[in-house]
Amino acid sequence: MDISFPVFQPESPEAQAIFDLFVAVLWISAGIFIIVTGLIVIALIRGRVRVDLPKQDFGSHRREILWMVGPIIIVLWIGVISMKLILTMNAYPKVHPPHDAPADAELIVIGHQWWWEVRYNHSGRVGANEIHIPVGKKIRVEVQSADVIHSFWVPQLGRKIDAIPGRNNFIWLEASRPGEYQGRCAEFCGNQHAWMNFTVYAHDPKEYAQWQHDENVTLASVTESAAEAGEKLFFSQTCVNCHTIDGTAATMTIGPNLTHIARRKEIGGGVLQNSPDNLRRWLKNPQAIKPGCKMPNFNLSDEQVQQLAAYLESLD
Amino acid sequence: MTTQAIESTAALETTLPRERLLPWVASVDHKQIGIMYMLLSVIFLIIGGLEATLIRIQLAIPNNTFLSPEMFNQLFTMHGTTMVFLVGMPLVTGFANYLIPLMIGAKDVAFPRLNAMSFWILAFGGVLLYFSFLTGSAPNAGWFSYAPLSTKPYSSLLGVDYWIIGLAVMGVGSIAGAINLITTILCLRAPGMSLQRVPLYVWIMLMQSLLVVLAIPPLNSALALLYIDRSLGAAFFEPARGGNAVLWQHFFWLFGHPEVYVFALPSFAVISEVIPVFSRKPIYGYAFVAGSSVAIVLLSYGVWAHHMFAVGLGPAAEIFFAAMTLLIAIPTGIKIFNWTATMWGGSIRLTTAMLFAIAFLIQFVIGGLTGVMFASVPVDWQLTDTYFVVAHFHYVLISCIVFAFFAAVYYWFPKMTGRMLSERLGKLQFWLWLIGFNGTFFVQHLLGLMGMPRRVYTYADLPGWGLLNAVSSASVVFMIAGTLVLLWNIIRSLQHGSPAGNNPWNAYTLEWATTSPPPPENFSSLPEIKSRRPLWDLDNPELADWKFSSTPEDTLSRPTKAKTFAWLFVVSEAIFFVLLLASYVIFNSQTDQQGPTATTALNVPRTAAFTVFLLASSATFWLAEQGLRAGSRIRFLTSLGVTIILGVIFLAGQAIEYKGLLANNITIDRNLFASTFFTVTSFHALHVFGGLVALSIFWIFGQQKILTPRWHAPVQAVGIYWHFVDVVWIVVFSIIYLGVL
Repeated sequence: MDISFPVFQPESPEAQAIFDLFVAVLWISAGIFIIVTGLIVIALIRGRVRVDLPKQDFGSHRREILWMVGPIIIVLWIGVISMKLILTMNAYPKVHPPHDAPADAELIVIGHQWWWEVRYNHSGRVGANEIHIPVGKKIRVEVQSADVIHSFWVPQLGRKIDAIPGRNNFIWLEASRPGEYQGRCAEFCGNQHAWMNFTVYAHDPKEYAQWQHDENVTLASVTESAAEAGEKLFFSQTCVNCHTIDGTAATMTIGPNLTHIARRKEIGGGVLQNSPDNLRRWLKNPQAIKPGCKMPNFNLSDEQVQQLAAYLESLD
Repeated sequence: MTTQAIESTAALETTLPRERLLPWVASVDHKQIGIMYMLLSVIFLIIGGLEATLIRIQLAIPNNTFLSPEMFNQLFTMHGTTMVFLVGMPLVTGFANYLIPLMIGAKDVAFPRLNAMSFWILAFGGVLLYFSFLTGSAPNAGWFSYAPLSTKPYSSLLGVDYWIIGLAVMGVGSIAGAINLITTILCLRAPGMSLQRVPLYVWIMLMQSLLVVLAIPPLNSALALLYIDRSLGAAFFEPARGGNAVLWQHFFWLFGHPEVYVFALPSFAVISEVIPVFSRKPIYGYAFVAGSSVAIVLLSYGVWAHHMFAVGLGPAAEIFFAAMTLLIAIPTGIKIFNWTATMWGGSIRLTTAMLFAIAFLIQFVIGGLTGVMFASVPVDWQLTDTYFVVAHFHYVLISCIVFAFFAAVYYWFPKMTGRMLSERLGKLQFWLWLIGFNGTFFVQHLLGLMGMPRRVYTYADLPGWGLLNAVSSASVVFMIAGTLVLLWNIIRSLQHGSPAGNNPWNAYTLEWATTSPPPPENFSSLPEIKSRRPLWDLDNPELADWKFSSTPEDTLSRPTKAKTFAWLFVVSEAIFFVLLLASYVIFNSQTDQQGPTATTALNVPRTAAFTVFLLASSATFWLAEQGLRAGSRIRFLTSLGVTIILGVIFLAGQAIEYKGLLANNITIDRNLFASTFFTVTSFHALHVFGGLVALSIFWIFGQQKILTPRWHAPVQAVGIYWHFVDVVWIVVFSIIYLGVL
């Protein structure tokens, strides 16, 4: 049995700053808790053996006011250190423009029921549930919603911010080290709130350049016969009504963009690993795997599933 | 079984329920109603607990398929809603109902029939809410029902509608109940019982009831707007059609955060009685405990947005609400110091009640400290909407509503039934609950720190998640076992418990001066009240409190019941209208609105003319009151009649206005101006109509009966309401028609 409890593990300067603040507040709280509990326990131990009538003490205004001094100082101090961090972290919407929040976001992340659309402003590329960033660089992210309120959160990289329809929020995203960072939807958004995960991939410069290069590779035309049949199915069936595949006639943005789907590690907002087998399971009946998701069960035959999967697997 | 025995059982079955139940169902006695509130709360505690158990079974292991996501979402929505509105509210109201008249030396509450109505309407609201299961889908948008998830496009089934109506109905019961308690405390105190001498329980419950009166109206406004969205096609909370999703959160938490103190204050009230009695000392710093409750009521209205730090409110708002939240920790901290100081140097009796009180105190400190962590905004950005929050508020709410009220049950059960609960079973229950509660919720702090979001129906098998969730789920068993021990203890003690006598704990307050259980009108005679502890004075004449810690003499002045009621009602209605008007101002200050606006659609001079009629009716009502005071029936009836006619003319004017607007195709779903306009003005019209009904009743009675001075107070009360409706209209007219603001 795994008995590790990976708490916090900050991997960005922002997450580290929050972590440090948390630890400071935690120590203060622990101190207060020990003092209060200690006093109660002492009062109980001494009070249990006392049998004679105790002195009837009605209290003293002076002492009460003296007691208040400690808590007031603590509260002020917590207020000040929090305020300092609020002002340095600024991740606010345009409607409340802070002086140093440039409006140009490099990334737009749009919450959908129940997946994340990711738009790269410079390249114009669109992905889903995966965000690729270069390591060590502060990336301005604009967070939007296409339907209900979601919340964008990568625990190891910093704060969460709500994705609210009709409102654009901004956040900084940065990772200090290359790696994969789990992201989640943190605001209850309906049926499949649980499976609205995404991953942030932080690449070192070389890897990042490679990724950018791969993204811009136009898809090779399909050659294998099963995949060809799948392609035909994709465009003749309902698939094309919701999805986009760059460079083809599929341009709808209701569901996730499927260009390079074969390269993604997960499908369905984290509900399955992306393997040929799982992809077929998903296509066979998405409702069995992610009940209530917006992709209906099309009652495809096993052969059709095979063909569609082959086509999607070819989108590398 | 012999034939005779069968016959007698049959006879029992036919006569017993009716003979035994009818006095309860038809009761207007505050003690019986109090107990019915408590029973209602127990029934829903079992239901809400069952829902929680199902939730924990689903979450016990990763990738579990025990519940469908649909079912899980309904269950956590109903669990939250049930525990807040149908367990917490009735429990605290039940105890207050039972205890307050006894503690202040009154025969009953101020309005016994209203009291019965409040209870039954709450029960009815609960039934309505649960009726939703029969429609195929219980509410599933969370107990907070965030828009736009709760709007029609995203929640098309009836569940949310039942949620809205159920909550609105329960809200009516809660406000009526709270007004009744406040009026009782202000108007019915026995001679000698000045407001500086009432037990702290009464004082804190006075503040709590006031908070209910102030906090429920924002919820009602929010519910009204959401219901208009869902059923009439407005778009207050639908951003796709110009509405504002964040506005719902502001309205909801303007209710939701004070609601936390609506639950915290009663537990403070209980603890402030239990700890002194079992320490054999008076409360340390009565004035500070009472005063800090006032501070909490005032501050609790200014902290709502700390539920919304992830929304992106901007640094100014975030710093303001963080500061307010930190500030409210101070009065709460004062109380903890005072309770500790009360135990300090005391002679402690560790009864079950005292054990629960101490557990409350320590666990509440944990919940309070994690609350302070959330006030540190960046920490909140990281931890909000995770299991850390779930742990935090269960530490606060279960400490308050469960642990403090277990203390209350063990402390006051002897008074209510005349029999003691078993201390042995009580201690067993205490340890079961202590283990179960901390086992379930302490680990959830860690889960939150590890990144587990709230309200997920399942989770991936990440390191540590499965184990901690399993620990959390398994511990539920202890809480269930503890609750069963309590139920067994109650059932057993009702029959076999040792007799309690009047004052088994050597307590200090008036409820212990009468028999257990108290007779129908509570007291045969009252002891002299010269201090905060009349029974202590009686038992220890040399050490009587008034000799050592004197309190000002009671002035014996008490406000009239009817007027007190009217003022409180008006305050609560005023808040309702302020929020509706706020939504009007917010939506109509947007300049890019399509379609009709106030300037293009409204005929100001015509409405101004009708306004004059309404304002004139205030003057004629004043004349009617003068007539009544002078004992002139003719003057009273004529002026009252004119008042009614003027009110009707005003309503007719509004009808003409509506007709014109509808003819121009300006309907409530047209745009946000139309939605807000119709909402505000029609709610006002509804209030005018209600006032007219009340006036007409007086007019009809006036035709038949001789006017007596008994009439003065009710007429004055209706007058306060009628003038209020006029004042609201002046504000509505200024804002909507004249464009002030």
